[in-house]
Amino acid sequence: MKLKVVDTNRCVGCQNCMFACSRRNGNAGLSNSSIGVKSDGGMENGFKVIVCRACKNPPCARACPTEALTPKEGGGVILDKAKCIGCRACQDACIIDAVFWDEVHSKPVICIQCGYCVDYCPHDILKLEK
Amino acid sequence: MKKNELLKKILYINLTDKSYEIKHREDLFQKYIGGSGVAINLLNEECPEEIDAFDENNPIIFSIGNLTGIFPIASKTVSMFKSPLTKNLGESHAGGRSAIAMRMADIGAIVIKGKSDIPIYLAIYGNKVYFRDATTLWGMKSSEVVGKIIRENENFAGLRTIMRIGRAGEEKIPFASVITETYRHFGRLGLGAVFGSKNLKAIMIAGKHEIQIENSKKYKNLYDEIFNKATTSEMMKKYHDLGTPQNVIPLNELKALPTRNLQSSYFETAENISGENFAKHHLGRRLACAHCPVACIHIAALREPYTNEPYFYKTSMISYDYELIYSLGTMLGISKSNNVLKIIQSVEEVGIDGMSTGVILAWATEAYKKGIITDNQVDGVAFEWGEYAEYIKAIDKIINPPNKFYKDLSKGVYYASRKYGGNDYALSFGKNEMPGYHTGPAAYLGFMLGARHSHLDSGGYSIDQKILSNKSLTHEEIVDKLIEEESWRQILSSLVVCFFARKIYSEEVVSKCLGLLGCEDEIDKIKNLGIEIYKKKFDFKFREGFDFNNMEIPKRIVETRSPTMKFDKKFIQKALKYAEEKIKNNISKE
Repeated sequence: MKLKVVDTNRCVGCQNCMFACSRRNGNAGLSNSSIGVKSDGGMENGFKVIVCRACKNPPCARACPTEALTPKEGGGVILDKAKCIGCRACQDACIIDAVFWDEVHSKPVICIQCGYCVDYCPHDILKLEK
Repeated sequence: MKKNELLKKILYINLTDKSYEIKHREDLFQKYIGGSGVAINLLNEECPEEIDAFDENNPIIFSIGNLTGIFPIASKTVSMFKSPLTKNLGESHAGGRSAIAMRMADIGAIVIKGKSDIPIYLAIYGNKVYFRDATTLWGMKSSEVVGKIIRENENFAGLRTIMRIGRAGEEKIPFASVITETYRHFGRLGLGAVFGSKNLKAIMIAGKHEIQIENSKKYKNLYDEIFNKATTSEMMKKYHDLGTPQNVIPLNELKALPTRNLQSSYFETAENISGENFAKHHLGRRLACAHCPVACIHIAALREPYTNEPYFYKTSMISYDYELIYSLGTMLGISKSNNVLKIIQSVEEVGIDGMSTGVILAWATEAYKKGIITDNQVDGVAFEWGEYAEYIKAIDKIINPPNKFYKDLSKGVYYASRKYGGNDYALSFGKNEMPGYHTGPAAYLGFMLGARHSHLDSGGYSIDQKILSNKSLTHEEIVDKLIEEESWRQILSSLVVCFFARKIYSEEVVSKCLGLLGCEDEIDKIKNLGIEIYKKKFDFKFREGFDFNNMEIPKRIVETRSPTMKFDKKFIQKALKYAEEKIKNNISKE
């Protein structure tokens, strides 16, 4: 399954998807979110919705010096936190900025394509696709 | 084992010596929840008695609540300060991303004192404060450009708030606003002017804090219950469909829509500037505050041709609301939606409160037409109902007064009318210009009794519409209802729950949320806390010289027929007397 952004024009910038992603792990706030909503140069221009595209040959995994990120079958990556040294090479490698960062633990926050956020988007911008 | 994390940190900033410190105040946030409850305590601690609003020791206080970032629609920031407009309690609420940004920076409240020697803006990243030179931003024509520059200068896009003032704040116009995220405002009572008096142009706050929750299963269930109500029930429908402008037609049909300085309560061309018409012809985008699924913010796209060159157009995105359509539309007799948007745009550009501005311009128009203001004084502005371009010229003159008259006008309608006359139709209560509800006595008593003199203090218009349209109430009954509602709203504004979500955050839901976080959840005790906060606000008001006996009642509100229960000045006076006794003597014992 793969998370898709259907239409950013309908995004109202409520960030409920971001809160949902963090909440999935049991806590509140935004520090563990692997989805990003920010204005497109000011709210008057609407929003960018940044999600992991689950690349088939992911640049983030290729950039990881410790093999903490390994490609998943069907696209995307899995993070082995124990191997991660927090070097941020994966973040630099992702040109759409979809590798987010947990400042508290200094590790990347990687989308696992679970679709938990989809149910909390009130305007159908996100969808989980095969 | 994880523990629930309540707010505790207060960031104290001194602009004079550009220093800051963080104090832990678990006591305040545990007992008073946050928002208004914490802010009034901090105001009492920090605001010296009878200080001038522009004295550098007048504190600017921002506070959020324990639910912020945890539950949806608890994303308001409460500001408190001494108001330069009313010379008394200043309290203004705004959403946008302000509250979430504070929570993510792990800050429960901010207290700003002192005055910078040069224009500055604050960049707050988590618990670190940077004092940035804002000399280049000072005097900039458009508040929107100021936001753009700070946006590009600072990090954490999407996780920050950028509060800023326009030229009105710099000029210390006492009804200047603070704009946040371009379309939300700490609008009323002049917070922008207090910023200006401190040489403070803007505040950027960002962070990425994690909030620990003890029982995540219970938390998720309660979250879903609230979220589902907010997205699927009828309770929020009117806010997300047409937004607050959907009130235009019903209030007009009721004959409760203040028109041409309330000479009438019916606007014959209301259809043109109705929520329906704005949606049909202008609605370009809808926006939400952070962590609110409702998206009540309606943005119009206004396309204007350049008159001096063909094939050049300017397209502006302008936020519209019921209150602006009333104050800058019907009060000024503006019949075309395009023209209402143009006035709103000029108000936004300089950063002044739209409601105060509209009421002031409406008074000036009537006063000019009645001859108490001369041609010489108006300095080339032809004050006439419907003439939007003249009103835009007048707004510019209020910000940059060319003569004594505009300087007086820039101090609010109360001040100007005491100087030039026309008190009977100067529509302010407690020196704050009136909101757009000529629904009956409960609305007006609400403006007068409300601690902020705001329609949102107690929603009196709703008592008028729901009860007084069918039956009469005594003055005691109306006052009792208003005080009960305003006391409960202290709990909502301490939780910083948006008042639009007041039906979702029922007593039961509030109790469940507080209980989950380990706070006091017994409903009677919560309600008593609301009364205590309400009383503390009035203690501050009385300390600063507020007196019910000085409340002036403009004749116009009883002259223009009430659409619900009939009332006169005597009725209002009796109600005020009763309210004063109740607030001073009984309320804390109930």
